[in-house]
Amino acid sequence: MSLLTVRDLRVVIDGLHILHGVELDVAATGVTALLGRNGAGKTTTVRAVMGLVPRTGTVTFDGADITGLPTHQVVRRGIGYAPEDRGVFAQLSVAENLRLAERDPDPAYDLVFELFPELKQRHRQAAGTLSGGQQQMVAIARTLLNGNRLVIADEPTKGLAPKIVTEVADVLARAAESVPVLLVEQNLALVRRIAGRCAVLADGRTAHQGDARALLADEDAARRLLGVGSHQPETTAPEGSSR
Amino acid sequence: MSTVVLLACTGLGLGALYFLVASGLSLIFGLMDVLNFAHGALLSVGAYAAWWAATDGGTGFWLAVVFGTVVGTAASVLLELALIRPLYVRPRDQILATVGVGLALPALLMGVWGSDARPFPQPAALSGTVGLLGATVPVNRFVLMAAALAVLVALRLFLARTRYGLIVRAGVEDRAMVTALGIDVRRAFTLVFAIGGAAASLGGALAGLYFGSVNPSQGTGLLIFAFVVVVMGGMGSVTGAAVASVGVGLVQQFANYYTAAGLGDLSVVVLLAVLLLVKPRGLTGRLA
Repeated sequence: MSLLTVRDLRVVIDGLHILHGVELDVAATGVTALLGRNGAGKTTTVRAVMGLVPRTGTVTFDGADITGLPTHQVVRRGIGYAPEDRGVFAQLSVAENLRLAERDPDPAYDLVFELFPELKQRHRQAAGTLSGGQQQMVAIARTLLNGNRLVIADEPTKGLAPKIVTEVADVLARAAESVPVLLVEQNLALVRRIAGRCAVLADGRTAHQGDARALLADEDAARRLLGVGSHQPETTAPEGSSR
Repeated sequence: MSTVVLLACTGLGLGALYFLVASGLSLIFGLMDVLNFAHGALLSVGAYAAWWAATDGGTGFWLAVVFGTVVGTAASVLLELALIRPLYVRPRDQILATVGVGLALPALLMGVWGSDARPFPQPAALSGTVGLLGATVPVNRFVLMAAALAVLVALRLFLARTRYGLIVRAGVEDRAMVTALGIDVRRAFTLVFAIGGAAASLGGALAGLYFGSVNPSQGTGLLIFAFVVVVMGGMGSVTGAAVASVGVGLVQQFANYYTAAGLGDLSVVVLLAVLLLVKPRGLTGRLA
């Protein structure tokens, strides 16, 4: 039984058809990876799920149709969202960024500061002066403060130093033990490490859904769907944004 | 010397008036990307409501100011709920709607009370003058300065200390992300309109005191300079608006006195042009 089900999701922005019918099933446990080449529509898909872009089709979350809901109500159903650009408020302090995300009466600051002790030290620092990795920590921390039923992380390791990538991956893997995660990711080594199931988008459609490791082990399928040989994900992965 | 002091006090009083209009204008634009051309009309609504209360209503001056502020605030909230909110997805129509209200409200006031300036009853305590460094300065200048200062302090406390203040500051940076944290940002929109309307209509009531009379086009005339102040101070920055208000008020008064009358208004526009050439993002460096 899927936690989040997307059927025939279509998005048109300024007359351009970005998504032509995306199908996506996010498992009720573990990490589900959303893969695809740059421009395949991964970020648009999650933005459409969040209600941040106009969309048609059906999005079902935990049995309820959430397609028509405005963004804040989608979030209040229990979806934490860490966007591609991190969505950190640069002028606000770290503490204010976290306080803004509080929805539960008893936010899980213990968990957040255990995972990211740095954020406690930098409580008063303006978030705009943090490093990219630290900003990503703020973005992920905001999703873990509340008792969410799903966390959506859009390319959380993009542009980060390899050491920080490992740190972020560890946190996501740990978070995924208690809350299901939908992970948009280009770093296939990371996907192989923490993802269970995966969906692959190509040209605004779903090209494949199945087990993540099985796909990455199948060199032909990986090359055809992702444009990379799975044994060398870093060197041939195309650069740039994936909007 | 006494002339300089008098000009400075008058300029600061005028700057205070600009700030009362510009602070709300700046917050509304910073948070919602709405250019509220009806903001000057809200000032006129506050001015006429206060004038009506003080004359026909027969209340005292302070009660009239409160009444004017309440009516202006209500008008502002009504404007947001009825006209601005349904048009968020159509920003161009939204601007046209505020332009329309900005023209219609003064016309309505003119229709009811005529286009002539109506004398605003001055309370005895505020109609006198005080001696300051050899100059004789009307008390109402200081009333305006005190009101603007109080509004500035209150706004800064609201922005820094309250949850809605936090939402407004975050919304000025990235409105969509605020909603993506589960916050209904539209409530903050209505609140910001209420705050802006309150400040502008307070300004309207006190403008009656400052100018000695109210007329239907007062608000629209002040709005132009308030826009200059907002651009100078940086969109969405209350403190920037305060600094720019003082600058504009002073430059206008001194230029009007020491050069030809009318050049003060022109010099303000020149000041804006120079500032934008040197610092394209305004005084605070923010282009929210």
